[in-house]
Amino acid sequence: MSKARSSILRNSLIHLALISYTVIALFPVFLTLVNSLKTRNAIFRDPMAFPTPSTFSLVGYETVLKQGDFFGYFQNSMIVTVVSIALVLLFGAMAAFALSEYRFRGNTLMGLYLALGIMIPIRLGTVAILQGMVATGMVNTLTALVLVYTAQGLPLAIFILSEFMRTVSDDLKNAGRIDGLSEYAIFFRLVVPLVRPAMATVAVFTMIPIWNDLWFPLILAPGEATKTITLGAQMFIGQYVTNWNAVLSALSLAILPVLVLYVIFSRQLIRGITSGAVK
Amino acid sequence: MGSLQLKSIRKAFGDHEVLKGIDLEVTDGEFVIFVGPSGCGKSTLLRVIAGLEDATSGSVRIDGAEVINTPPAKRGIAMVFQSYALYPHLTVKDNMGLGLKQAGTEKTEINSRVAKASGMLSLDPYLARRPAELSGGQRQRVAIGRAIVREPKLFLFDEPLSNLDAALRVQTRLEIAALHRRLKATMIYVTHDQVEAMTLADKIVVLNAGAIEQVGSPMELYNKPANLFVAGFIGSPQMNLIEASRLNEPGASTIGIRPEHITLSSESGDWKGRVEHVEHLGADTIVYMDTESAGLVTVRLFGEHPYAPDDIVFATPDKANMHRFDENGRTIFG
Repeated sequence: MSKARSSILRNSLIHLALISYTVIALFPVFLTLVNSLKTRNAIFRDPMAFPTPSTFSLVGYETVLKQGDFFGYFQNSMIVTVVSIALVLLFGAMAAFALSEYRFRGNTLMGLYLALGIMIPIRLGTVAILQGMVATGMVNTLTALVLVYTAQGLPLAIFILSEFMRTVSDDLKNAGRIDGLSEYAIFFRLVVPLVRPAMATVAVFTMIPIWNDLWFPLILAPGEATKTITLGAQMFIGQYVTNWNAVLSALSLAILPVLVLYVIFSRQLIRGITSGAVK
Repeated sequence: MGSLQLKSIRKAFGDHEVLKGIDLEVTDGEFVIFVGPSGCGKSTLLRVIAGLEDATSGSVRIDGAEVINTPPAKRGIAMVFQSYALYPHLTVKDNMGLGLKQAGTEKTEINSRVAKASGMLSLDPYLARRPAELSGGQRQRVAIGRAIVREPKLFLFDEPLSNLDAALRVQTRLEIAALHRRLKATMIYVTHDQVEAMTLADKIVVLNAGAIEQVGSPMELYNKPANLFVAGFIGSPQMNLIEASRLNEPGASTIGIRPEHITLSSESGDWKGRVEHVEHLGADTIVYMDTESAGLVTVRLFGEHPYAPDDIVFATPDKANMHRFDENGRTIFG
């Protein structure tokens, strides 16, 4: 930042605000991680304390790894999340490209129709979805979850991506047409690389609710073979007794993959290569 | 190699007709410039020739072959865009070679053509760079290079100099003129800048509101404008247009006289008036005066002259260079 526009007071206020937000946001994560490493008694005696040699215990992790097929749950969550994101990005970007690039009758109406899902929660249709899945025999399959999550993610993806695709210069696409690129090549080789930051944004927004979702796994795929991690962690929460060690350990483990995915996408968020393409 | 015939090209966006029947013949090796005010349809016409817009009706022939249903890549054209439109993720070399690669040309052939073009445009030191690492002028040269490499029948330029600063614009203009002499290729160039049109063109096409007003060499348009619009559009400062009745000129509705065809004197002359404003450009002095008989008149004098606002001066038009227009704005010749 230039010296002329910065003052120590303003900078410190900005940093104060940012730091307090960071603390608030990270506090639950911190609490989960710290307590997952303590004995049951220590958790209740002093939840804020760091584990000491006397209170340190890996019993939660041991329970998690022993009971149930935790790696299987992990794998299920990963498959559902990654495949859903991939489908949302692919179809969302394609629909957004068509809406922003081609003039056809009903273009605006189609755009509104596709964006409608942002305002209407998909859970309202749970009963119908379940009936549909039962009718097609897809209950207790990961495919059912992937389909629902793709439908859930598409409206926002199309909305955000079509706005971004409108900003890609027409001249660039026309230059591609004159150079003999097909419409597919223009989409995949010129437009997609230019809207990559927007796609990363969409990926992050799509990923978190899918990974954290409990509703649809519980309704559509509660079977042992298709349990996701959030559903798997529920088995330690009982009506009368809750195995807090195991719950906290399971949640701590569940944070990791989502963190990795976030790091991958956020690198894309920062990268922008548009500069210099067109003045 | 590289003639173009347009026959009654029409283009409408919904109810709005942008091109109202354009007929034009461009012969091989000609440098043709489309000029006109914003929104006159000149860029749309270029896009129709390129195949980027479909004409509502009409025929486009390149080298005698009908191309109205041919995709842009197969028309044998190359286009240079105002915004350069370089591929941001490709190097200069790949930017220039992409079209050929896409057409399945052999690698050695692509390399030799790129080398030739980059030598012509002095781009050799930049071949490995990406567009983001180049200046505006260099980017425009890459865009031109990309067109040259394709060895097209027809070069299309869409306001290629508009994004450059004044000094670079003059330099690039000279480069394009040199390029045309060297390649002897047919070029079609769209601009709203009449200086570019006058300096580059073999033939200027003046467009207004979707129709051609006049086609001719720069000097034809300057000396014999077909109507009021062309008379007002070509030449800077603008031609003075004066109601004929004020000057007692029978048989015409409007009289036009270019600022450079009027002489000034402080003693005597046809039109007495007061100087309103003077622009001293060194080589020229432009005097804006309010005359009793002809109203507001612009006079362009060569060299330096010591006129100042509120001076009383006399202007005398050069009768031989007067233009006469009828009530429909058409020129009365003879």
